[in-house]
Parts: sequence; C-alpha cells; structure tokens
Amino acid sequence: MIAAYPNAMPLQGLAGGLLIGLAAAVMLLGLGRIAGVSGLAARATGITGAGAPRGVAIAFVLGLPLGALIIALMTGGIEARFPPSIWPLVIGGLLVGFGTRLGSGCTSGHGVCGLSRLSPRSMLATALFMASGFATVGLLRAGGLL
Amino acid sequence: MQILVALVSGLLFGAGLGWSGMADPVRVQAFLDVFGNWDPTLAFVMGGAIIPMAIAWIIKRKLSTPLAAPSFELPGTTNLDRPLAIGAVLFGMGWGIAGLCPGPALADLAIAPLAVLPFVLAMFAGMLVQRAFPLN
Repeated sequence: MIAAYPNAMPLQGLAGGLLIGLAAAVMLLGLGRIAGVSGLAARATGITGAGAPRGVAIAFVLGLPLGALIIALMTGGIEARFPPSIWPLVIGGLLVGFGTRLGSGCTSGHGVCGLSRLSPRSMLATALFMASGFATVGLLRAGGLL
Repeated sequence: MQILVALVSGLLFGAGLGWSGMADPVRVQAFLDVFGNWDPTLAFVMGGAIIPMAIAWIIKRKLSTPLAAPSFELPGTTNLDRPLAIGAVLFGMGWGIAGLCPGPALADLAIAPLAVLPFVLAMFAGMLVQRAFPLN
C-alpha cells in the first residue's frame, strides 16, 4: 500500500483505529469513563479497588479477546507473531504492568483518550512512552537482539 | 445496562485491535524499530482512534450526565509529576521489549493464548509489585 513500507497496512490500521476510537467513545458517552485498558484490567482482577464498578471492568476486559475472536472468525484469522524466547515476554510484561500502574495509563488511556482530550499529563506520558519504546527497540537492534 | 455498554465497548475495542494488526507483537515492535524494517501501521491506528474520540469529547460537553451512568468519572489530576514520567518510561521499555501493551495482550488471549500467557501473567505480577512498592 505504501511503496516505501511494503509491510504497512494503512487502511486496516485506520479502520481498526476508528473502531478503537468508537469503543472509547461508547465508554465515555455511555458510562462517563476513560477506556483505559491497564486501569480496567487492574480493576477487573481486583488489583485496585479504585475506578469503575468491578462488573463494568470485567465486562470490558472480557470484550477484548471476544472482539478479536469475532474479527479472526470473520477474516479467517489474525496474525500474531511472538518472540521465540519467553524472556522478552516476561521482562516486557513486568515493565508494562509496573509502568502502566505507576504512570496511570497505557496506549489506550493516555494515547487514545488523553491525547484526544488534549490532557497535558497524557501528552507527556505518550511522548515519554513512545520515546522510550523507540529508544528501547533501537538499543535492542544495536545490540543485535532483534 | 452498564455491563452491556462496557461489553460492547470492549468488543469494539478488541475487534479494532484485531483488525488493525495491533494484535501482532512483531508488527507493533516494527513500528518502534525505526532503524530496522519500519512499519508505520500503528500511527494510522492511533490517528484513526483519535478521530471518533475527539468528536466524543466535543459531544461530552453537551451532556450533563453520561447516557447510561449517573455521572462522569474522569481523571482530574493535572500535575506533571515524577510517577507519571517514570511510569511512562518503564511502560515504553516493556512495550518495546515485548511488542505488547495491555489491550493487545488481553485480545491475544483469544488469538494465541499460550504464547501471550507469560506476558499477561508477568503484567499482572508487575501491577502487584507496583501496589506493594508504589514509588510515589
């Protein structure tokens, strides 16, 4: 689709992005809350008592794999390639869990909901986690780990 | 009713993640890999997601309460503090190392459950560690 980047899927990306934004709009206008996955996942599991009613959090979190499953069934499968080693997943998971709780959000809460609200906190958080992600992958590549 | 609205939101969110290619850790990591085989798809996803949400924030101004809940419960903190910054940097590191953030990880429980399970368990463990040592 884009000559310089043959792997890119701009149209699917845009369409899926619109669905994600619609999902967040349903949460905001329907329930008056931010569709932040890290916060709702922590609430659903009981890791935090703050935030949405627990039933709301559980329903949202269950919807994520179910929604992906529906798309997989409709399209004949979704690509999900994982690193061959378990260690990037374990180390990455620990950092994502710790960091999203400390930083009050992830790509959805800060990136989608906060940026569109022009929240200064979310703009700073998004700039920092993007920069950190670029730097981390750059270092992994420089170190021959990719 | 609130449960149903939350489920619809989650379903749309999961469907969007699946459709957009964001359930694929290699593709997400490739967005962050500017010196490698860069894949800009994630930028289209973010752009696409921000459009309906920006409209939703405008509509929200006309509403005194949400459509299916008694009141708006939105973050009111405005200070740019150290926990926000440190948390975002740590999150970005983990995102880059694994190619996963919380939404796609949970969506992948239906797509590649065994492969994503170590990440999901580690993510909840990381959340519990933060609860024990909040650092703020």
